[in-house]
Amino acid sequence: MSAFAFENRIWDEAETTPRDRLGKLQARRLRELVARVAEVPFYKEALARAKVKPGDIKGPDDIRRLPFTAKEDLRQHYPLGFLAVPRSQVARFHGSSGTTGKPTFVAYTADDLELWANLCARFLVAGGLRPEHTVQIAFGYGLFTGGFGLHYGVEKVGASVVPAAAGNTPRQLMLMQDLQADVLVCTPSYALNIAEVARQQGIDPRTLPLKFAHFGAEPWTEDMRKQIEAELDLIASNNYGLSEVIGPGVSGECAARNGMHISEDHFLAECVHPDTLEPVARGEQGELVFTTLTKQAMPLIRYRTRDIASLDSSPCPCGRTGARMSWVLGRTDDMLIIRGVNVFPSQIEEALLRVEGTAPHYLIEVDRPGAMDEVTVHVEVRPESFSDKMSQMQVLRDRIDREIQAVTGIRANVQLVEPQSLERSVGKAKRVVDHRREKGLI
Amino acid sequence: MAELWNDQVGEFPAASVQDFLPVEKLRQIQLRRLQAAVARAYEQQELIHNRMEERRLNPGCVRSVEDVSRLPFTVKADLRDTYPFGMFASPIHEVVRLHASSGTTGKPIVVAYTKEDIEVWSSVMVRTLVACGLHRGDIIQNSYGYGLFTGGLGAHYGAEALGATVIPTSGGNTDRQIMVMKDFCVTAICCTPSYFLHLLDRAAELGVDVKALPLRAGVFGAEPWTEAMRQRIEAEGNIKAYDIYGLSEIIGPGVASECEAQNGLHIFEDHFYPEIIDPETGQPVPDGQEGELVLTTLSKYAMPMIRYRTRDITRLIAEPCRCGRTVRRMARVGRRSDDMFIVRGVNVFPSQVEAALLAVEQTLPHYQIVLTREKDLDQMEVQVEVTAEVFSDEIRALESLRTKLAQALDSALGVRVKVSLVEPHTIARSEGKARRVIDKRQM
Amino acid sequence: MKLNQLSVFLENKPGRLSHPCKALAEAGINLLTLSLADTQQFGILRLIVRDWEKARDVLTQAGCVVRVTEVVAIEVADRPGGLEEVLKVIEAEGVNIEYMYAFTFRSHDRAVLVFRFDAPDAAIKTLQAKGVNVLQDVELYKLVEQ
Repeated sequence: MSAFAFENRIWDEAETTPRDRLGKLQARRLRELVARVAEVPFYKEALARAKVKPGDIKGPDDIRRLPFTAKEDLRQHYPLGFLAVPRSQVARFHGSSGTTGKPTFVAYTADDLELWANLCARFLVAGGLRPEHTVQIAFGYGLFTGGFGLHYGVEKVGASVVPAAAGNTPRQLMLMQDLQADVLVCTPSYALNIAEVARQQGIDPRTLPLKFAHFGAEPWTEDMRKQIEAELDLIASNNYGLSEVIGPGVSGECAARNGMHISEDHFLAECVHPDTLEPVARGEQGELVFTTLTKQAMPLIRYRTRDIASLDSSPCPCGRTGARMSWVLGRTDDMLIIRGVNVFPSQIEEALLRVEGTAPHYLIEVDRPGAMDEVTVHVEVRPESFSDKMSQMQVLRDRIDREIQAVTGIRANVQLVEPQSLERSVGKAKRVVDHRREKGLI
Repeated sequence: MAELWNDQVGEFPAASVQDFLPVEKLRQIQLRRLQAAVARAYEQQELIHNRMEERRLNPGCVRSVEDVSRLPFTVKADLRDTYPFGMFASPIHEVVRLHASSGTTGKPIVVAYTKEDIEVWSSVMVRTLVACGLHRGDIIQNSYGYGLFTGGLGAHYGAEALGATVIPTSGGNTDRQIMVMKDFCVTAICCTPSYFLHLLDRAAELGVDVKALPLRAGVFGAEPWTEAMRQRIEAEGNIKAYDIYGLSEIIGPGVASECEAQNGLHIFEDHFYPEIIDPETGQPVPDGQEGELVLTTLSKYAMPMIRYRTRDITRLIAEPCRCGRTVRRMARVGRRSDDMFIVRGVNVFPSQVEAALLAVEQTLPHYQIVLTREKDLDQMEVQVEVTAEVFSDEIRALESLRTKLAQALDSALGVRVKVSLVEPHTIARSEGKARRVIDKRQM
Repeated sequence: MKLNQLSVFLENKPGRLSHPCKALAEAGINLLTLSLADTQQFGILRLIVRDWEKARDVLTQAGCVVRVTEVVAIEVADRPGGLEEVLKVIEAEGVNIEYMYAFTFRSHDRAVLVFRFDAPDAAIKTLQAKGVNVLQDVELYKLVEQ
């Protein structure tokens, strides 16, 4: 039996650089990086504190002498504090969820965009994409990096792009059938939703023209892959990325399917213990930390992803030498991923604060009753804002709904509940109940 | 970017050289491209081939640009009848992008692009942005919706090719749009004019003074607007507001754009050959006279369009413009020769609404479309009479009917619709066909 | 045991309520009781009358959308706790209420509750077994018109 689930092809020769040469390349790029960020105020100060100069970097392990960067640091230097090039060289800005109403912004030069497209092409080809394919991108475009990363990656490979964007599943199905799309790009849960809606319409999802799928932007499992592949009769590959580092394109699976190859020539990966920040033993789980070696507009040193996974740099039969990361197994903070959108409970709190008549007591309930995530926010109503008119209560509910959508970008079911009805615990209140975890879905 | 768009070639920006060609030279380019386009359509598009054969025409009949008027028209229904691939002139493996726009029924109109088509599209969008006074270094907020709609990605690729900084905010979430505009010192915005007015209103509510921001230009299209709206936008936003024109069937945005004179939209004639016809007789009318705009794509590869009837009523202006551009101008589009209307930049046909209602209720209920503008944002309400068949005693069931109708419309039209259930016989019936669209928008 | 209640669809705007009421008044039909449920956009007027068939025809003639729904009337003592006793039974038996409304009589110590259950027949059986007084239509008319 072949070691591969499907044909193994490689987009970029650099993906097979022998590991010893890769190490030297990383060290050189890391030295250059330390020199390049010298004028970024945050790093100027942090490097001075750590007493590190570019010349001190001899090998990739010297990364441990460098300071960490956290999401909070990006927030404090909003909007442009981390920019390492003159603003006029910025070709694109993207954003991702912040812990508050202000999103985190990331910048790209024209070269960064070219790199990004190339990195996405790497995992797309690794996951079966060929120039003759027609790819339906059912990710949201816009400030979110998912849609654009994949869009330019597919374009780079030379396949046809159907930029369907997110939502409107009946229309997605119609286009997929009519345009004979054979590759799907979206979140894994949305793929299950497509299958479900197809069945509702009397279409056997296995008869859809899809052959391959590239999934990312939310945690999923090997079991879910089996289910999706069975229901839609396609080959599903996993990819990983985050806006702060570049967007999708940080890592992706190959045909051997034993982890996601990190493009280590551009991202130096570490796996650390989230409390001690010391490296975990080889192959152990820990928090992933990335250093962008070549990004120009907004390079980051030792960015703490908060994602828990393990690393494996043993040889892979596909020939790629980049270390492989496992499926993401959890988070070291309270961030939720809902339908591919990152949401922090603090954002919901901020949205509620904007609406008069709500008490600061709420509970976020996340579940996946069918294929798609659903969020219910239970909000206590202040006694004085209760109205006996159903229409007025609906207005209040709509208002909360709109604010949550404005801050987080997701739609939630808002349940108004009676004052004092939500459980209060001593100390910190329990704000989130995630049924997906109990069900083993994430 | 190898090409320096903002460099001057003589007295013109390099990107816009084609806008300033001597007219004879322009006609030569047009003729050469027209002959190639007709030959390609004749060879690769069955529909065009058959129609030309019926009229005993072949590509050799095109000896001057005026000969275009001998060719058969292409109409939206042709795109529906040949859906999805019938009008493709390139094999699918050469197609790198597909877009879709509203069709008159449940099926959309699908359009295709090769790599070269995308490059041409980017170049005409660069010419659009340059005509609107933008250049490399500008920070452009693109608030057109991204996705199948050509507006978002069209403006995006143009801004990127220009060498500007692009912030792809896409549509919606007005508060965040305002935050981005302010925090990132945005200098130009691309969106529908009514959305910009809405944004101004909301900014005022949030205490943000748009007049004081670095924003200096608005690239406005995808819906009809008026001089009165322009005056309001320019005064309240302290910006220059430019009108641009385009349609997916031809390429998307980038067919025509205003220049600093703000007096008519220059058509990028070296790629899109314009004619004005009498919509009743189909006969060409001379420059200056009002009629329906007909466009022929001169360089599109994946999906050439021969004499596509846009249904937009305008006139051509051949007199020289003070900006020096030699390509002809078209007047602002004010109305259409069919029943299509535009809501927040999205094209809607009443027949689409009917198809969606029918899918939910089995029989077509009496309905009426009411268009209003609240806080400068288009609102589309579909009033549907409640019949004994669908009426339920339970609020929940009626709410669910309303939601189902709204979802069906939302899904079919791509625009959020408010559905109101109304009592029977409250929608006026006229003899014969009911008046389906009440447009109360003040522009 | 079940009563026929008429439900009328109303748009939620001024003056809409008077239209069906006027039509009934002109036809000489007396309303025994009514309730109005409203939402942001529309409302449902629910009526109980003696001659529901005639009322239905009158309303339909007047251009209203009318639906006939079966409801259950229950008599309780008009005193504190009267309602609660019945609700306790309903809750304990797991009977699902879609909606309810109540009315009392001037010269009476009784109140009447009108319930819409999702399974009315089963609900009646259960309630009667627990000794709750489910009213026949004639009994109700008598009570109201006394």
